Amino acid sequence: MSDFLFQLVLTLDATLRVATPLILCGMAGILSERSGVIDIGLEGKMLAGAFSAAAVAHLTGSPWAGLFAAVMTAVLLAALHGFACITARGNQVISGLAINILASALTVTIGIALFRRGGATPSLTAEERLPVVDLPLAETLAGVPLIGDLYSEILSGHRILVYVALLAVPLTAFLLYRTRFGLRLRAVGESPEAVDSAGISVHLMRYKAVLLAGVFCGLAGAYLSIAHGGEFGREMSAGKGYIALAAVIFGKWRPVPTLFACLLFGFLGAAADRLQGREIPFIGAAPTDLMIALPYILTVVLLAGFIGKATPPRDIGVPYPKGK
Amino acid sequence: MNHAPLPAWADIGLLPLLNILAALVVSGLIIAAIGEDPFRAMAVLFQGAFLTSNGLGYTLYYTTNFIFTGLAVAVAFHAAMFNIGGEGQAYLGGLGAGVAVLMADSFLPGLLLIPFAVIFSALFGAAWAFIPGWLQAKRGSHIVITTIMFNFIAASLMVSLLAGPLMREGQGAPETRPFAEAAQMPYMHEMLGALGIVVPRSPLNLSLLIALAVAALVWFIIWRTRFGYALRAMGASPGAAEYAGMNTVRITVLALLFSGGLAGLMASNAVLGEPHKLVLNFTGGYGFTGIAVALMGRNHPVGIILAALLFGALTQGGTELDFEFQTITRETVQVVQGLIILFSGALAYLFAPMVARLIAPFTAKKGAPA
Amino acid sequence: MGGSAPAFALEVRGIDKSFGPVHANRDINLQVKAGSIHGIIGENGAGKSTLMNILYGMYQADRGEILIGGEPVRITSSAVAIRSGIGMVHQHFMLVAPFTVLENVMLGAEKDFLLKASVSATRALIERMGRDYGLAVDPDAKVEDLPVGLQQRVEIVKALRGGARILILDEPTGVLTPQETEGFFQILRALRDEGVTILLITHKLQEIMALTDQVSVMRRGEMVAHRATAETSREELAELMVGRKVLLNVERPEIAPGAPALRVSGLRNRDREGVERLKGLDFEIRAGELLAVAGVSGNGQTELLDVLAGIAAPSAGKIEIGNAVVDAEHPRNPAEMRALGLSHVPEDRHHRGLILPFDGEENCILGFQDGEAAGAGFAIDKAHVAARAARHVEEFDVRPPTAKLRAAQYSGGNQQKLVLAREIDAAPKVLLVGQPTRGVDIGAIEFIYQRLMRLKAAGCAILLVSVELEEVLSLADRILVMSNGEQTGLIDRKDADERSLGLMMAGVTAEGKAA
Repeated sequence: MSDFLFQLVLTLDATLRVATPLILCGMAGILSERSGVIDIGLEGKMLAGAFSAAAVAHLTGSPWAGLFAAVMTAVLLAALHGFACITARGNQVISGLAINILASALTVTIGIALFRRGGATPSLTAEERLPVVDLPLAETLAGVPLIGDLYSEILSGHRILVYVALLAVPLTAFLLYRTRFGLRLRAVGESPEAVDSAGISVHLMRYKAVLLAGVFCGLAGAYLSIAHGGEFGREMSAGKGYIALAAVIFGKWRPVPTLFACLLFGFLGAAADRLQGREIPFIGAAPTDLMIALPYILTVVLLAGFIGKATPPRDIGVPYPKGK
Repeated sequence: MNHAPLPAWADIGLLPLLNILAALVVSGLIIAAIGEDPFRAMAVLFQGAFLTSNGLGYTLYYTTNFIFTGLAVAVAFHAAMFNIGGEGQAYLGGLGAGVAVLMADSFLPGLLLIPFAVIFSALFGAAWAFIPGWLQAKRGSHIVITTIMFNFIAASLMVSLLAGPLMREGQGAPETRPFAEAAQMPYMHEMLGALGIVVPRSPLNLSLLIALAVAALVWFIIWRTRFGYALRAMGASPGAAEYAGMNTVRITVLALLFSGGLAGLMASNAVLGEPHKLVLNFTGGYGFTGIAVALMGRNHPVGIILAALLFGALTQGGTELDFEFQTITRETVQVVQGLIILFSGALAYLFAPMVARLIAPFTAKKGAPA
Repeated sequence: MGGSAPAFALEVRGIDKSFGPVHANRDINLQVKAGSIHGIIGENGAGKSTLMNILYGMYQADRGEILIGGEPVRITSSAVAIRSGIGMVHQHFMLVAPFTVLENVMLGAEKDFLLKASVSATRALIERMGRDYGLAVDPDAKVEDLPVGLQQRVEIVKALRGGARILILDEPTGVLTPQETEGFFQILRALRDEGVTILLITHKLQEIMALTDQVSVMRRGEMVAHRATAETSREELAELMVGRKVLLNVERPEIAPGAPALRVSGLRNRDREGVERLKGLDFEIRAGELLAVAGVSGNGQTELLDVLAGIAAPSAGKIEIGNAVVDAEHPRNPAEMRALGLSHVPEDRHHRGLILPFDGEENCILGFQDGEAAGAGFAIDKAHVAARAARHVEEFDVRPPTAKLRAAQYSGGNQQKLVLAREIDAAPKVLLVGQPTRGVDIGAIEFIYQRLMRLKAAGCAILLVSVELEEVLSLADRILVMSNGEQTGLIDRKDADERSLGLMMAGVTAEGKAA
């Protein structure tokens, strides 16, 4: 394999790893925002999930208990967000910001109280991390040129949550477009009056969507600390929740386009990592800062309407008064 | 909002107090949960913020940052825009101040250099808010999302500049060379010392007075000028602004420039006041906290100054807690800040129905408005 | 319907509902015969919509009882209403714009978690409704792409999908063209013949007369009369609705009109979606003359006011005020129009004419904030503004007599007085007035009429837009009638009566009538 091809395979392999939390948070963002609730708090829910996963996995020795704890923690924060936005009809952006700040500060505070390691958890053993999954026939196909590389090197051999993330996309799409739940969820973000007059509770629908978003954020957090990484570190979400939000907008609030946006942003991140400090022919030093900023720049350009048009759900950000 | 209307004193006095109280109660529970005494923590925090030798100076130094960023958020709020980009605008304000000083500190005297750098910080902050403002006004791109994106773009830009062209030669750290003495904002202890008043050394500097003057200026512009009237009118009722023939595109862009400029001015304190050089991440979340300051201060300069003092005290008291306790750190104080944002921002009217019920017997006698 | 049908499909006993100090429904009684079309008529604000929202579970009554098919029912939510066999078509459609017709009809009536079965069932339902009742509509079209008439069909299909036996229609024809209205009436008759009971809420007399079997009249929150339609007349109903013949005794000064102050020729306007809203208007108003624009709401009157006020630009034609010309190439914004001596009392004082959170003082310079009204200097002169506002309050008898309250705290009539005072204070050459008495109490109505007449006598040219024919007939010197963006008549007051205006409002041109 040529060096270029080798680098490319490594980068694509890394792309999938980097994109996984983005995809999970992206699906979370779609579910919440399609129901009309802005979700700036993806970042915080993921971070809190990551901390719970590592802490519980370490304390119990079971990654599955960690995974469960991550989901519960994120769902708890989602419930708080739901209470503030749906029941208390507060400002959704401020609620999300508050959750991000709280998650960032609470994880470190509790981490120090529990482990006295400056906010980090102890490193997890192999058994305390979620398992790697080798796809069937990966061994057999490894020798086949191209297909073998693609399948064995890039697709196979990831932590289980990578595959969960990839499955989350068709699942979300199915849920949104093929089920009663999805029809009502999309309707409630566009025209809550219509949903209300059809005899369906707007508040309950939004709660369901927001809590489900919490589940996905919890999975994303668990991926960071007990799958991709082997411990929790302070601020380990490092803005990924915001990139996922950008991907949701870039994907125009639709699952499959959002998946591609996540993969694109994941690729930029992975490539920036690999190219750090290297020289590229004709360009000179790799513009890694630009590559890191590119997801944000692309999203602004999209929002400005220069490439297609991103129309958010019509009723996003607007609290619905109870029909009394 | 659909809550029952409250008398002004309850709405701008009692409710915010209840919200802070709720935040403090929850914080106390958290501190108790991690095994520390919340009352002792409160005492240490208060002492650290106001009573130690230079604690007050530090508190006021941080307060200065919060006044600038709080005003920035408030001005945009009056135009019904949520500028989350204070962090990035303050960062760019630092770049403006840094560039001005690096260009001119070899030949300009302080009397010219400092105003020059201060103006540059405001200009750069405003420039960074211009694109989101223009996109909002002309293309309807939502300001919340674009300003979030611009925060991250600012962070990348600053990393590449501070690790690149602006980096101090021969050094590995991503920061500029120290500024010449002429570019340093005069310290408060030096100025007061010159008047014969002895106060302890602290980073508190002239910027506090600038911040207070700017707060007064913001009040005047928002409530006493034709531009401020138009800005508030557009924020309160876009339809009425259109009816009145106001140029909403122009007002939107100007409001964001104004807001970004105020955020940029934070650099006059956090760069020119101390540490006298441009370093990575000097904004330290002050831009975000400005949102909480504006919320708590109900977007009024006086309220903002008071809220900024609270957050300044929390920040300074937090570092004191860090020394004093094993498990309480700066992050614990951030928990308190997060809870204050939650209660006084997202849950601002949580207690309104309760308060309305409680005070109903007292207000009913005075007669409701016709 | 199983078993023998009870005499009344729906009965309402002693319903009472207040919103704070507003008593919207007062001891309402109503009996609706099964398989009939029952009209409920009343002026805007009479309490009709409140009653219907109570029937549909959107509001809860404070007191009273509802019986469906003779059985008492507590309708606590729209879900209960739907289950009780009530379907409702709201005045503002409850449709999800980016959804297809099929998705809209299905919403809330999906049988299983998976949509597949519901999709085919709904498709069959839409087809059947099209066949049986003439409610044909393409199930795969997006609702936002459909004209209003078809959107309304979707609403009716939706209301009937669960087998509703009682159909409530709230002001259904307000948005329809005359042709669409006729087709719509056919559908309702077909539904009635199938045994559906229909409750039609409207404020239009001709609809009641043309369509209903029974009619009930509401006035200021009370049910004042029940009649069999065949045994009543327009005149009787009108009197019952209004209940006050003395009110509109306005002294209308006849003034020899002066020079033309406003001249409009070939005026056209397209909205943002490119739909033509004004289709070539030609008229002039002279100094000391009041021209009233009559028409069913939504026929271009709002757009006419917007274009004249500078809020929207003409797409063709021109407007002349004095020596100034406004056309598609030379639009002027509202501030520039004001500078030409044009004032504007907008139709919607809550979203245009006033800034509700601002106090009376700050509102008294809205639109004039850049001029002398706000003081002479660079800053706003608070004392000057306060004095100006105090003068408005006194001259226009605003109550309570202060300008320090927030605009939202004044009653509708006093809000309107604040707007009128501000606009008249500018001593306009031309005044645009939209729906001056909408939501205004009776005392204030007379006062507003008097001030308009006084302004006219002083030589101002006034353009008044109103959906209230009585208002038009009592104030106008000449009347312009609009239908679907077109000018269907321009006649002298003395040649006008309700009937001739009604025909023109329905789109029959004055020439057509003469022929």
